[in-house]
Amino acid sequence: MRFQQARWDEALIFERSRKGAVGYSLPKVSEIVRKTIPKPLSKIPKSLRRLSPPGLPELSEPEVMQHFIRLSQMNYCIDLGLYPLGSCTMKYNPPLNEEIIRNPQFSLLHPHQDSSTLQGILQIFFELQQWLAEISGVDSFSLQPAAGAQGELAGVLIIRAYHANNGELDTRREIIIPDSAHGTNPASATMAGFDVVVVPSNQQGQVDLQALQSAVSDQTAGLMLTNPNTLGLFEQEIETIAKIVHKAGGLLYYDGANLNANLGRVRPGDMGFDIIHINLHKTFATPHGGGGPGAGPIGVKSQLVQFLPVPVITFDGKKYILEFDRPKSIGRLHGFFGNAAVSLKAYAYILRMGWQGLQAVSNQAVLNANYLMKQIGNIKGFSIPFAPGVWRKHEVVVSAKPLEHDTGVNARDVAKALLDRGLHAPTFYFPSIVEEALMIEPTETFSKDELDRFIAALHEIAEEAYTDPQKVCKAPQHTAITRLDEVKAAHPRTMALTWRMYQKYQK
Amino acid sequence: MSKIRHSFLPTVGEQENEMLAAIGAKNIDELFQDIPSKFQLKTRLKIPEALSEFEVSRRVKEILARNWEPRKGESFLGGGVWPHIIPEAVKTIANRTEFLTAYTPYQAEISQGMLQALFEYQSLMAELVELPIVNASMYDWASALGEAALMTSRVTNRSKFLIPDIIAPNREAVLRTYTQPAGIIVNTIDHDDKTGQIDLEHLKSLINDDISGVYFENPAYLGQLQYEVDAIADIVHDAGALLVVGVDPTSLGILRAPGDYGADIVIGEGQPLGSSINVGGPLLGIFASRDDRSLMRQLPGRIIGVTTTKDSKQRGFVMTIQAREQHIRRERATSNICSNQALSAITAAVYLSLLGPSGLFELGEMILQLRRYAEQKLNELDRVKAPLFEAPHFKEFVVKVETERGGNRSKLSIRTILDYMKRNQILAGIPLDQHFPDLGESALTCITETHTQEAIDQLVEAFQKATEERQ
Repeated sequence: MRFQQARWDEALIFERSRKGAVGYSLPKVSEIVRKTIPKPLSKIPKSLRRLSPPGLPELSEPEVMQHFIRLSQMNYCIDLGLYPLGSCTMKYNPPLNEEIIRNPQFSLLHPHQDSSTLQGILQIFFELQQWLAEISGVDSFSLQPAAGAQGELAGVLIIRAYHANNGELDTRREIIIPDSAHGTNPASATMAGFDVVVVPSNQQGQVDLQALQSAVSDQTAGLMLTNPNTLGLFEQEIETIAKIVHKAGGLLYYDGANLNANLGRVRPGDMGFDIIHINLHKTFATPHGGGGPGAGPIGVKSQLVQFLPVPVITFDGKKYILEFDRPKSIGRLHGFFGNAAVSLKAYAYILRMGWQGLQAVSNQAVLNANYLMKQIGNIKGFSIPFAPGVWRKHEVVVSAKPLEHDTGVNARDVAKALLDRGLHAPTFYFPSIVEEALMIEPTETFSKDELDRFIAALHEIAEEAYTDPQKVCKAPQHTAITRLDEVKAAHPRTMALTWRMYQKYQK
Repeated sequence: MSKIRHSFLPTVGEQENEMLAAIGAKNIDELFQDIPSKFQLKTRLKIPEALSEFEVSRRVKEILARNWEPRKGESFLGGGVWPHIIPEAVKTIANRTEFLTAYTPYQAEISQGMLQALFEYQSLMAELVELPIVNASMYDWASALGEAALMTSRVTNRSKFLIPDIIAPNREAVLRTYTQPAGIIVNTIDHDDKTGQIDLEHLKSLINDDISGVYFENPAYLGQLQYEVDAIADIVHDAGALLVVGVDPTSLGILRAPGDYGADIVIGEGQPLGSSINVGGPLLGIFASRDDRSLMRQLPGRIIGVTTTKDSKQRGFVMTIQAREQHIRRERATSNICSNQALSAITAAVYLSLLGPSGLFELGEMILQLRRYAEQKLNELDRVKAPLFEAPHFKEFVVKVETERGGNRSKLSIRTILDYMKRNQILAGIPLDQHFPDLGESALTCITETHTQEAIDQLVEAFQKATEERQ
């Protein structure tokens, strides 16, 4: 497929500034107000007045529009095609859900309104809490966390609160995390004040039970795990894993980034997990906005409900209640009710899919991942590390090590060459237990034709690598810009993180 | 199981069979056989049946109609999320699917639009707060405060953090959630009852070389501006602590930038820059710092930087100084943050580009004018004092209702007054009795450019009736 991304060579908004231009207009202030308060700034003391205006650019509205629309054309998105970032679950985002949040009876609602005037949205929050609990097999949810990582933090803080409540926090200092875990897991554990103990994966790409057995002790606070794991493999020994951790007195935390294969098939709560966060912007189809906002609701089994972050929305049979008064709660994580608009979109998505639709999502997502594994595994230069012949779930990790060995073309080059074919690249160099890793998650919302286009692109790139490797290493050539120098960006002498710094180092 | 058809699922009938044949599986169920059978869900999920797009739309509309109808009344609620005019161009750009449905720009060459827009957000915010480094966003003001406190502790190797006693209760709660596991002790500084200013003597008595940072807000939570900012900065820096200042960015067209009075870290809430209220989320956490290597190394969150193509011929943008972040540093990362509020940041960038310096100045001036008009009118009422603090304010202020007259204690409480006005479709303010009992029967009221003179007159009339009829 021929592809050429837009190339606008668009200046920075500051460079387009023209003195005196303005892109904004305010309503008139009535004459009475103007007469009553003729000098609005008169009470602001000198020590607080801004003497020189901020160095913002000056542009008319059409110029601002043009600038940002041009930028938008230099950005790949899910509505353009496959976006197979592993563990990111980039699926189709229903446009209806964007319309729904523009309803003034949502968009103009204020979080400081008393709850009698918020009964509609609280009902939605409450039902969403219930549905997420049903889908994940736990008892109760809070929608506070604003993102997956904040959901993880909530989860580890709950582990902390649980042990503190049992008087064991002083000894239980360790969170066990597999070496294949998402980077946010160990970072969240540290933020919650724990030490991290890493356990290796075994030859099948699963948690090494012996290593786990020797890692647990009376210092174990809990285990953070995702299942299926980041290799896309279902942890078959999950029952034993849960037993080992629980027997040692620890809790099991489920990283819900990888939930898309499980809907209606298997539930973390049933497998023995005590705590789970869910990324609504992954499995539940809310758009990721180029990096956020997402949402990371946190769910727990009944014995941990008292520790959930507040507020939790409850229902007394007549009205929905924002519950703040929970003395053992880990407290608040967000100024208000989390990323409320994201919760509302996820609610609409679940309604749209229904229970059958959700199961169909997982079925198709898993079929797609295995189809890619089979087809890519047949391409010379790529191998499928770990557990040959075992079905993957939501994602598959491919190694470009043979290609790199044979031709010098590495996973990064392959990724960039995919961009040249109008496809987003997979997550690369993760998990670190795979050399030259390409971590691929197709999701359910792409057709066989689109998957075949991806497979054909990899074929073509591999062939090119074996015939003309230099050509692959020059990719991308058809994106808005050619390959970028990441080292230069981070170099102390050339580092420019804002227009301010940029002007300084240009001098 | 029988295959269902759904408009979000492109693979149908024959294609599914082809794919199964290609991988050598008999049916879909086979792909799940490695899950221990005791964990395979045998019953259906207890969630509703699928609905069509139209039905979802109708159902959600019906439920949302159980909320208050904002178009039938007037709201003067602020307290951390504020109503502002949102230019249509902002909405159009923020709804562009290219921004909306993209992931984090991991592949820079195909994501230049997002990266440049985020770099521009960082740059615009840097101009507003007058600090050279801004990250690509935090979740909200509250978590930005939590992260700022943690950062001051990492930079200074100290473990006590000071905050004013007038602070948003929800923000303080999040701060305590973030700092408690790190063993950071958070203490509060008293205020002057008359002016609402931070008590400098008390600050001096608290500060010592255990203090990692001192935080204050401008405007403060109850609307009053802190004007002894240079004195505060001196006290903090003399003790070797970092100064963290929280801002409402819409005030910075008229108010001095915190970077100009010595702030080492500036945080704040970017929601008023073009984002809807949305029951309080998504918000936009602002996070800025001085250009100092010891600070830079400890920054949380994603940061976009300028670079060039490998052949040095063209300027481009990438995520940078990532060695601080969780996906590289794992348990030694400065924060666990991964997803942030990128789309809200772009929203703010568009908003600030439209307003420019003159728009932001006029906005600030208009807010001051309307707020002072409201205060003056309210103050003319018999039993109302506005603002409570003798200090300059920006868009919020405390309205206090006198409940005692002639020695007879009346039954007027701020809650009954607010309830009375609510029945007349006016949400007049946030009651302060629970979190600030010393302030008496008071409410926090917010005026912005969205309020007309008529709306303010209605507010004043409502206060008058509510306080009269309940004597």
